[in-house]
Amino acid sequence: MQPFNKVEGIAAPILAANVDTDVIMPKQFLKGIDRNGLDRGAFFDLRFLADGSPNPEFVLNQAPWRESKFLVVGPNFGCGSSREHAVWGMKQLGIRALVGTSFAGIFYDNCQRNGVLTIQLSTAELKELSAMVSQPETAKIAVALEEQFILLADGRRIKFEIDALRKDALLQGLDAIGSTLVRSEQIRRFEERHLQTNPWLA
Amino acid sequence: MPDAGGTLQVNYFEENCRDFGIELFDVLDKRQGIEHVVAPEQGFILPGMVVAAGDSHTTTYGALGAFGFGIGTSEIEHLLATQTLVYKRLKSMRVTVEGTPGPGLVSKDIIMELIRQIGASGATGYAIEFSGPAITALSVEARMTICNMAVEAGARGAFMAPDEKVFAYLADKPRAPKGVVWNQAVESWKSLFTDPGAEFDLEVRMDVADLQPMVTWGTSPDQAAAISDTVPDPMEEPDLILRRDLERALRYMDLQPGTALSNIKISHAFIGSCTNARIEDLRDAARVVKGRKVAEGVRAMIVPGSTQVRDTAEVEGIAQIFRDAGFEWRQSGCSMCLAMNDDVLSPGDRCASSTNRNFEGRQGQGARTHLMSPAMVAAAAVTGHLVDVRSLVLEA
Repeated sequence: MQPFNKVEGIAAPILAANVDTDVIMPKQFLKGIDRNGLDRGAFFDLRFLADGSPNPEFVLNQAPWRESKFLVVGPNFGCGSSREHAVWGMKQLGIRALVGTSFAGIFYDNCQRNGVLTIQLSTAELKELSAMVSQPETAKIAVALEEQFILLADGRRIKFEIDALRKDALLQGLDAIGSTLVRSEQIRRFEERHLQTNPWLA
Repeated sequence: MPDAGGTLQVNYFEENCRDFGIELFDVLDKRQGIEHVVAPEQGFILPGMVVAAGDSHTTTYGALGAFGFGIGTSEIEHLLATQTLVYKRLKSMRVTVEGTPGPGLVSKDIIMELIRQIGASGATGYAIEFSGPAITALSVEARMTICNMAVEAGARGAFMAPDEKVFAYLADKPRAPKGVVWNQAVESWKSLFTDPGAEFDLEVRMDVADLQPMVTWGTSPDQAAAISDTVPDPMEEPDLILRRDLERALRYMDLQPGTALSNIKISHAFIGSCTNARIEDLRDAARVVKGRKVAEGVRAMIVPGSTQVRDTAEVEGIAQIFRDAGFEWRQSGCSMCLAMNDDVLSPGDRCASSTNRNFEGRQGQGARTHLMSPAMVAAAAVTGHLVDVRSLVLEA
């Protein structure tokens, strides 16, 4: 997994509430057995018009947000279906981090698993950030994970909190399976004991 | 299968099952169907289990006293490789449901009202325990509908203490334990309840005595109201961002503020999905449909949650009631719940649906979904518009 430390780039505001994973990645892009080509599917119905041309109204089709590395999002972003394709697609589109007030549970974990940083701010902080990135000339931000702050175009910093384990995994680009398998022996012993005391599961 | 992508997935799935010795209920198997209908039906889900699966509606299994939660692909990989998942403990929420709902009201109405009250992210970060007399009064299947849709309020998992109804439900299921081990299991399962005085991070109480049949009018499951109500006016929403969301939802749904919900005409009616396609759901719908015809201009479909549900409906004569009324009586699957096969609505279509998500494009790009109970869908199908089911079945 690609480590995340300090990343600088354009942030695009997508501030509607409850943007669900059906919107982030419509079902026609779920029929594959690999993860390729999902950048085309990301926000498909918002990004493209019926004739397949880019929708000029959508922020990710406008300069400078076409080059976005961050999304500043509304509450409960990523709700609905567990499809990880939503995260893969955004990542393939170049998105490295999402900043919002709340994220849906499964989506949040899917982001973590793919090295996409999710930052939770207060409503007031998010307003401050979205006001800045909604203007083309101040849309550029920097996210410093190690020091836990977002740097705005005018030099202001917004601090953020993050769980230490999540932070470490992102900074190092850790492989979660590898980290767990270190405990294989404990897992095996637990399973043995669990099946003995709950024989109906055996 | 005419769909190349789907064929690829199905073949690869079959190959994987063969390579790794995993039992597969393939499309022609008598036991096939939607995961969250089949797994309980076959007795795979037992009280006390922790079940993780690559589908957000895995919360369904809470109805059996198991803890089910949805995960993404990477976590499935982690689970298969290590038999574990690494999680921080979720916050706990108890939803206590009191009161006796009136006739014609079902568990779908209860969960839709809860989601309306606490919002689509009201339970984000939480696992919900449902309790109270209105929950224990429900059948196990009806409880599944509630746990299923807990995720639409953002809950990561749901739980209901297993009781005699659950044990009776499981007793004759093919994969449930038998004999001495069964007795041992039931004794253990009886201990799976919350201690009196236990503290939750959040307590929600609701009284369902005055509950009305619920329908959604917007594009999020919390944008719902009683059928007797009207489409809300965004101008009454003081928060600008929320107002814009409401305006966007009404624009997508092509609805005017103040319109009576019962005046909304439909083009499609769909009964199916892991939320509401079990045999009790079909019985509820059949009671409404019996002796009536699908309204002109409405395409109505019933997609049983499993082949076993389908076969049972045939034996009970319910299937014939639907066919006589002009419903399409289909093979089991997810169908129009998420529009991944050919069952897709066209832009501008309006569907009364027993499913779980009314998101933009969920049932087809530009299509409009109104969520409600299966009996309410049946009532809409035979009248051609959203309608209080009680005016049809309780009028005599």
